[in-house]
Amino acid sequence: MVALLEVNGLRAFYGQTQALYDVAFALEQGGITTLLGANGAGKTTTLRAICNMVRTEGRVAFDGQPITGRATESIVRLGVAHVPEGRGTFTTLTVEENLRIAAYTRGRSAEVKRDLDQVFEYFPRLRERIQQQAGTLSGGEQQMLAVSRALMLRPRLMLLDEPSFGLAPLIVQEIFRILRRINEESKVSMLLVEQNAALALDLADHAYVLETGRVVMAGPSSVVKNDENIRKSYLGY
Amino acid sequence: MEQLIQQVASGLANGAIYACVALALVMIFVSTDHINFAQGEMAMFSTYISWQLIQWGLDYWIAFFAAVAISFVAGVLIERIVLRPLHTAPVLSIIVVFIGLLAICNSVAGTVWSYLIKEYPTPFPKEVFGFSGLIGAHQLGVVVVTLLVLSLLFVFFRYTPLGLAMRAAAQNPVSARLAGVRVDWMLALGWGLAAAVGAVAGMMVAHIVYLDPNMMAGILLYAFAGALLGGISSPGGAVLGGFMVGVLENLVAYLGNAIEKGFGVYIIGNGEKLTVALIIVITVLTLKPSGLFGRVVVKRV
Repeated sequence: MVALLEVNGLRAFYGQTQALYDVAFALEQGGITTLLGANGAGKTTTLRAICNMVRTEGRVAFDGQPITGRATESIVRLGVAHVPEGRGTFTTLTVEENLRIAAYTRGRSAEVKRDLDQVFEYFPRLRERIQQQAGTLSGGEQQMLAVSRALMLRPRLMLLDEPSFGLAPLIVQEIFRILRRINEESKVSMLLVEQNAALALDLADHAYVLETGRVVMAGPSSVVKNDENIRKSYLGY
Repeated sequence: MEQLIQQVASGLANGAIYACVALALVMIFVSTDHINFAQGEMAMFSTYISWQLIQWGLDYWIAFFAAVAISFVAGVLIERIVLRPLHTAPVLSIIVVFIGLLAICNSVAGTVWSYLIKEYPTPFPKEVFGFSGLIGAHQLGVVVVTLLVLSLLFVFFRYTPLGLAMRAAAQNPVSARLAGVRVDWMLALGWGLAAAVGAVAGMMVAHIVYLDPNMMAGILLYAFAGALLGGISSPGGAVLGGFMVGVLENLVAYLGNAIEKGFGVYIIGNGEKLTVALIIVITVLTLKPSGLFGRVVVKRV
């Protein structure tokens, strides 16, 4: 079976500084994979490198097709939806506009309306705030909006950059529950970057551990979870 | 009283022109943080193109729409060819490019069409029924045309998916890319629209100030003042600011005349209206630096 996303020899650079060293991993269709690692390990950079948002070398293939070097928006249009760190809200636009942007090439068709309904089904709270300026939403709601905006792209793969960042535990639980539903019901594969390793390992079926820009461990979540080093370094027991 | 209304009316007509140019400036500013100093000269060039088309025997309105379309394409091309490579260049380099564009437009227009002042036709009838005493036919036409253009733009940006994508690209380019928006093309499109709006302003004002390669210099200044007054980051504010500057300059002149008539003391007249209007604008900006409708931008340093 062809992997949905295949990354080989991925190197990324910020100016002269190299942030990734030959990172390699593969994602299976329909699964949830998590990238774990300490601050500065290169988790966010990996996601950015996949979407060509940093200077990148190496090979990234999506659905068997090489996407290295293509423009970010072209990669996105292939079905790779990136939910960025900091949520990327369009603060002065309304909630509805924030969602419609991701579907702007499809105009105002009935199909877009259906997608909106689907999104509101996952996040009913956003429907209540549909005409509100997105900048006035709470952090949790903005995270929901970011996930929803990604969904409006009808992605096959979602790259999630710390969806739990700065949110209250209850909200985080709610969002992760919905992420699982999206994965199961909408058949969206996910690559999840998280500081909160326990949470991530619960949701994901596979895990890769990054240290200073290199993959140091990989395997099914259940195995990674029980690894002694991982437990000590990331799970804290 | 009638004189006052006349002054306000002609102020509105001037203001409509400033509003268009101010909007063109703001459209580029919100997405790039740069003020296109060449906006006025580009509009002047567009006006010459329409003049040339009319000279070749085309109907005014056909020449008008052709010039708008040509300006749009030229705006898009200038962005793609001249400014795209300067994408990451420092601000000063870009300013130099703007000044270069200004000089090029000006001297090419001068070379091709000479620096002699030309008359420019008006498409509007001589007399307007009912308003004839208060506002000139051309002035009324200017207000109507510009309001039409401004409303069209408003509808485009507010209600169409492409307009939404352009606003998104201006507000948060990184996020817009992640939503699949072709941000580079949105920028080019913004340049095209700005050039087109500028062209409308140029063609409307040319009948009043006459056509010559330097006709937009003062207008760009007023428009810039209007954009700043309304808030350089707010398209609606810029339009309002443009109208306000237009009315303001005429009211200043009216007031000066009234004082001279009443007290026999000459304080201000037509000659000083630009100065006084700009002083008022500077005063407003001193009290409210982000303009009347602008947002205060908080930058992390």
